[in-house]
Amino acid sequence: METATFRIWRGDATGGRFQDYVTEVVPGMVVLDAIHDIQAKQANELALRWNCKAGRCGSCSAEINGMPKLMCMTRLSELPLAEPVIIEPLRSFPIIRDLVTDVSWNFQVKKRIKPFKPRKPDHEDGSWRMTQQDVNRVEEFHKCIECFLCQDVCHVLREHHLHDEFIGPRFFVHVAALEMHPLDTENRLEELRKTQGIGYCNITKCCTKVCPESIAITDNAIIPVKERVVDQFYDPLTRLFRIFRATAR
Amino acid sequence: MAEYQTHQHDVLVIGAGGAGLRAAIEASAMGVSVGVVTKSLLGKAHTVMAEGGIAAALANVDDRDNWKVHFADTMRGGQYLNNPRMAQLHAQEALARVRELEAWGALFDRTPDGRILQRNFGGHKYPRLAHVGDRTGLEMIRTLQDHGVHTGIDVHMECTVLTLLTEGGRVVGAFGYDRERGRFKLFEAKAIVLATGGIGRAYKITSNSWEYTGDGLALAYHAGATLADMEFVQFHPTGMVWPPGVRGILVTEGVRGEGGVLTNKDGRRFMFDDIPALYKDTTADTPEEGWRYTQGDRSARRPPELLTRDHVARCIVREVREGRGSPHGGVFLDISWIKQRLSHAAEHIKKKLPSMYHQFKQLADIDITKEPMEVGPTTHYMMGGVQVDAETQMSSVPGLFAAGECAAGLHGANRLGGNSLSDLLVFGKRAGEHAASFAREHGAGHVDPHQVETAASEAVRPFERPPGGGPYQVQEELQEMMQNLVGIVRREEELTKALEEIRGLWQRARSVYVGGNREYNPGWHTALDLPSLLTVSEAITRAALDRKESRGAHFRDDFPSKDSAFAKFNIVVRKGPDAEMQVGREPVPEASPELRQIIEEMK
Repeated sequence: METATFRIWRGDATGGRFQDYVTEVVPGMVVLDAIHDIQAKQANELALRWNCKAGRCGSCSAEINGMPKLMCMTRLSELPLAEPVIIEPLRSFPIIRDLVTDVSWNFQVKKRIKPFKPRKPDHEDGSWRMTQQDVNRVEEFHKCIECFLCQDVCHVLREHHLHDEFIGPRFFVHVAALEMHPLDTENRLEELRKTQGIGYCNITKCCTKVCPESIAITDNAIIPVKERVVDQFYDPLTRLFRIFRATAR
Repeated sequence: MAEYQTHQHDVLVIGAGGAGLRAAIEASAMGVSVGVVTKSLLGKAHTVMAEGGIAAALANVDDRDNWKVHFADTMRGGQYLNNPRMAQLHAQEALARVRELEAWGALFDRTPDGRILQRNFGGHKYPRLAHVGDRTGLEMIRTLQDHGVHTGIDVHMECTVLTLLTEGGRVVGAFGYDRERGRFKLFEAKAIVLATGGIGRAYKITSNSWEYTGDGLALAYHAGATLADMEFVQFHPTGMVWPPGVRGILVTEGVRGEGGVLTNKDGRRFMFDDIPALYKDTTADTPEEGWRYTQGDRSARRPPELLTRDHVARCIVREVREGRGSPHGGVFLDISWIKQRLSHAAEHIKKKLPSMYHQFKQLADIDITKEPMEVGPTTHYMMGGVQVDAETQMSSVPGLFAAGECAAGLHGANRLGGNSLSDLLVFGKRAGEHAASFAREHGAGHVDPHQVETAASEAVRPFERPPGGGPYQVQEELQEMMQNLVGIVRREEELTKALEEIRGLWQRARSVYVGGNREYNPGWHTALDLPSLLTVSEAITRAALDRKESRGAHFRDDFPSKDSAFAKFNIVVRKGPDAEMQVGREPVPEASPELRQIIEEMK
């Protein structure tokens, strides 16, 4: 039977090293299958997250041969198995153990984003009318599985560690989904500019490249919200209008 | 003395899938303090995998629909072992629960006039499932999660509860550990809602993730609650069968709802060969009629692929057993054939079933717009669970509530697709509401330190034993055994043998060894999940032995027909005074005259 070597990072916050595991390979296998096999037979305490095994829950994020990917959706047939397959935890977040990182920052960030605020229902039964077209515009953003691969690859977080000033691509997508929601009435542009660091994004599109849901993060979410911020805060006509409006009050 | 952190909440919710989150939101809205414990990160629960939609008689697509039809469909699907009052509340309240999701930001697919679109599903008379393509569960959990985090709920992520703490029969708290550091946690609570989902990990082939080890059922059972309908495990007819790593992963019923057909290796649509009497009048006579039904023709009847899940699963097993299966031991599910009917078929499939397209393309190298899928049954859902009061969702243990998959009653002998998501919402809300009321009416209880000490010392035992058998081997053998002996087709000798094997596996579970330390150690976590898995496996097996007939999801080879004597009761299990599992029979809760009339009229 064919075998492959998996070079897996083992360790915790104090440090660690790569360790090689050789395991059998069968057709159709994904990286997560190999890791599970190693865990069951060779390293019972190897720490990793996983749930659905079908690219739906976004738990098994890792860096495979240097690329942020979901382990459950990465087929071994896509990888050069003559070389060891290198598996590392996400680098933008603190290590807990082995392939598990502390992603709690993401949950804190989301809590700070102003929640959905719908307009009054169109009907007495509490329902609204919306066209499929309007829904389609944001549907893409709702596909996000919160795997945080986009956060992992974003240089603002990965290299510059601006976690306190920048919310990252995942949450620009979230804000875009709220801002473009056909029913929403809230305005989140000021925070985007002031505390959420939309200006730090220089649209290198790394996030878009790694998104397992193929969300056009940069083109469809980040650039449009950047434009909205510009329109609201930097457009001379709008500024003039705001001054007049303030004086009129 | 064990070291632990103490957390205090009025209401503690165990589980953060649809039911848990909905319960937490409701309890919080009632003004009590709420804590949520979840084994995974927030938003990763199995609800995320629900594909088809949420059943609610909104009548947006077919105005003949109403709660009564939904109620009757649910009862028929459950072979009348359902708790009729629960089925009534569910059918009546699902509408408001769906609309509420929209008010919290969920975006459903729309009808041409801008209302929530509804799709056909097995066992539902009219198009009833509010949906978002085939990722309705994701939309639902994300909506609840994003709404919930702004309501002041405390979320304890990656935490597992090991035992419930009781005082004089009433529940007063829970004890568990956090996965990250392995620290113990004591949760003092005035009321507890169990929302732990299913038991899929008791079987080898399952659509469920590692989390679904039946924790809530085992916790309730050991706290003295009654479990009901444990023999009814739903095997979803269509799971992936290849590649091996994804065997069991769900292929949504939505594929069949959109016109997908099941064929054997000879290309025969075998579902036309065996249509149960109960459904004869409502099933299409010809493929032509079936196709028209999936395309919304109101005069057409449903194709036999959309019969109830238990029946479709057994037909597939029959084809495979009789040598007419597909290369990897399943049958073919083909949606690509619709290109004969629709000019834009490929785009249509990708639009209606995007996740399925993606899943097969990436995992199996199959383009479902061009070629058929290979599918076979997979352990999917537990109809049975904690027996609860229909109105309040309280179990037989005061202060202990259960909602969603871990509760019994709504689905009877078989659940209809789409009734799960609505179940989570309707009864999650009710459980949260009544748990909050209970917490208000009852003060904090007193936690017995002895119970805590026992649980703590029990939990660390795997590290203290001499090196020997690991937890994964025991889990794997249990899964293999349940798959073979307590699966889709059951018989007395095999069930008796299963009980024996469970006894042996208990012994081994009590002696498993785990290396390393308590910090994020999956070996340890697996070892601690074993008692729950074994408890539910035993309950399933004992209940299956006692029901000497075939009904709904429970099929006995040695009693292949329905027996009207068995239509009158639910099988229950409880922990006896000597800690042995006791099996009993309880009459099915009686339907009110109004409900009886609805059932009769729509039979």
